Amino acid sequence: MTRWAMVIDLDKCVACQGCSIACRFENNTPPVKPSEALKGRAIRWNDVFPFPTNPLEADAGEYPETKQRYIPRPCMHCENPPCIKVCPVQATFKNEEGIVQQNYARCIGCRFCTVACPYGVRYFNWQEPEWEGTLNEHLNPDRIEGPGDLEGPAVRPKGVVEKCTFCIQRLQKAVARAEAEERDFDPVDYQPACVQTCTGKARYFGDLDDPESTVSLFEKSPRAFRLLEEVGTHPKVIYLREG
Amino acid sequence: MLHLDPKDKEKLIDPLFTTGPTFWSVIAILLAVIGWGVYMYVRQLIFGLGETGMQRPAYWGVYMVNFIFFIGISHAGTLISAILRVTGAEWRRPITRVAEAITAFALIVGTLQIIYDLGRPDRFLYLFTFGRMQSPLLWDAMSVTAYFLGSVTYLYMPMIPDMAILRDHCPESAPRWRKKLYTVLALGWRGNKTQWKRLEKAIAVLAVLIIPIAVSVHTIISWILATTVQPGWHSTIFGPYFVVGAIFSGIGALFIAMTIVRKVMGLEEYYRLKSYRNLGLLFIAMTAIWFYFTGAEYLTLAAGQQTAEFPVFASKLWGEFAPGFWLMVVLMAIAFWVQVVPQILPKKAENSFLFKPGLAWSSGVAAVAVFLVMNFSRNQPLAAALSQPNIRLIGWIIAAVLFVVGGLGFSMWLKTRQVTAIVIASVAVVIGMWLERWNIVAPTLTHPRLIGFWFYHPTWTEGALTAASFALFILLFMVFFKLFPAISIWEIAEGRAIEAAEAQVEVALPEPTGVPQAAHEGFRK
Repeated sequence: MTRWAMVIDLDKCVACQGCSIACRFENNTPPVKPSEALKGRAIRWNDVFPFPTNPLEADAGEYPETKQRYIPRPCMHCENPPCIKVCPVQATFKNEEGIVQQNYARCIGCRFCTVACPYGVRYFNWQEPEWEGTLNEHLNPDRIEGPGDLEGPAVRPKGVVEKCTFCIQRLQKAVARAEAEERDFDPVDYQPACVQTCTGKARYFGDLDDPESTVSLFEKSPRAFRLLEEVGTHPKVIYLREG
Repeated sequence: MLHLDPKDKEKLIDPLFTTGPTFWSVIAILLAVIGWGVYMYVRQLIFGLGETGMQRPAYWGVYMVNFIFFIGISHAGTLISAILRVTGAEWRRPITRVAEAITAFALIVGTLQIIYDLGRPDRFLYLFTFGRMQSPLLWDAMSVTAYFLGSVTYLYMPMIPDMAILRDHCPESAPRWRKKLYTVLALGWRGNKTQWKRLEKAIAVLAVLIIPIAVSVHTIISWILATTVQPGWHSTIFGPYFVVGAIFSGIGALFIAMTIVRKVMGLEEYYRLKSYRNLGLLFIAMTAIWFYFTGAEYLTLAAGQQTAEFPVFASKLWGEFAPGFWLMVVLMAIAFWVQVVPQILPKKAENSFLFKPGLAWSSGVAAVAVFLVMNFSRNQPLAAALSQPNIRLIGWIIAAVLFVVGGLGFSMWLKTRQVTAIVIASVAVVIGMWLERWNIVAPTLTHPRLIGFWFYHPTWTEGALTAASFALFILLFMVFFKLFPAISIWEIAEGRAIEAAEAQVEVALPEPTGVPQAAHEGFRK
């Protein structure tokens, strides 16, 4: 079996937000007006934000004596995802390779999953998505579509929930290319856009069930940790602590 | 032709066929409010849920609060009237119809809230075609549906004999469709022995069955929140806490509704003080239980001081949600006070200076003044002085003492006005319970783990839809009681028969000396 996982080395992350931009263009996440963003309606599948998010005990200190950390946050693709447990119509589900997917054609927009996700990785389309000017002509044409099924980077209608899919369309394309070239599929051919673009090469992607893969080796590192381990979700995004 | 007491005819049947201008003007106002709501909803459909104040992380808002609130109100009815029927409480007879009607209409309006809240209401039926049994939302869809069907049946079944009475006593001037309506709804009721037997058996069975369904409904609503891992929601107390709150707000709504019916239709003779007093005892008990649950819930949160949970708790007690939280607490305290204190005050207390109306008024006004100065003073030196914790504490104590002194004087006035006291308590409880739902839903959503803390401000869209929901609730209620009697006529008649029969029972025992005294106190032998 394959279990896709991501490792993010916080020592190498420079918080440039290149991953956020790559993600936005790969997955057609709709931009929102600044006024809407101020209301908290921006859609960022791959967000980079200060950590801890709400400093309570952690005293950030006063300038220049400050301590600031950033954390990039894609979907955790939990082994035990709270979101799919609450979805009343199976619009979100975990596929056999461990990727938590979202079916926009099924979602009824009840936002139970957005409420249940402790990581806040799920986003709701409060309005009809709009792109300015020529951006509209340069959307990613990749689609994952079947009967009653609309996933991946396809433009979402208003009123549905969307989320990071580990760029599942890239997996499909890699598998298709391997088939066309009549060779076995090599996991190295599949990389989400954020991993490919990462400036500091801080991200690694691979199969957690393969003991030789980079992600498996990093998982055993003493620096490895997962976000909110205490909520029992068993994320497949592994962070490497800053040294 | 079924028998009908002339007084019941005059008080309960005749008003159904005369409609005054007041009725139509109230209907017009309600329709206007509903129209505004429809307009805002269409806007929301066109422009998306961005028209509301909801955002990330407050993905749910007023609609969810209204949903929990209305489904809570729905426990008024069926649950209460079922429990009272099962336990054979005679004083329930005049109030069951109103209670059951509240249930049916609150469920309709409550379910509408979920439809408002959906991003894709056109896919609402996916809940049934693609439903996933593991989702608490689906449990909810099922239990609410079951409860709705059950309570509509439960509302209708005891109405069958009344429908037959209406069919037989419909005045000649009544429109034909109404006669037809009653004839159809009466299902050929002739009032013979077999029919009575079957009806009573059916009501008895349904009354028992509906109790667990009603309990499940609000438990499952609480599980929508409690099955997530979000701070402040992931609590085992939520199931019973919500059920208690639901019954509590249900009784409040029932008191308000029956008092309005009593006043508007002049049914003082039917809604006797006894019903108020007995249901009031249940109400007092629910107030106490509510305080117990709320205390238990917040004490554990406060003592635990967990990283994720404590900010939620803090935002309610002294943060941005504090006004709503403390208003809820004060309203509940008022509800408890106006029900209990006037009853335990001795009559002689009138002569004490503490209970003079002058003192009550002045201390009440002073309490409000102290409160306003402490919270809204723009005077710089005063505000600076008030920012010191010790001075603030003293200020709060003064305000509280003045408030209590005001309440004491007011209690004396309420002592002889039980219905007024209960209505005040009910209004306080209904508002307080709406706030409680708000205080549960909003603070947790705005204090998530990995998203920056936020606040949630509802917009006019949510306001209009909430107003329209309440208007729809009242409208359904008014139309229903224009078509059907507000009191179960046959149950009243049955009650009278039982009372008459009981009065004739002779106890074949020598009477002890204490009996005349006991009879005087209201005990029957």
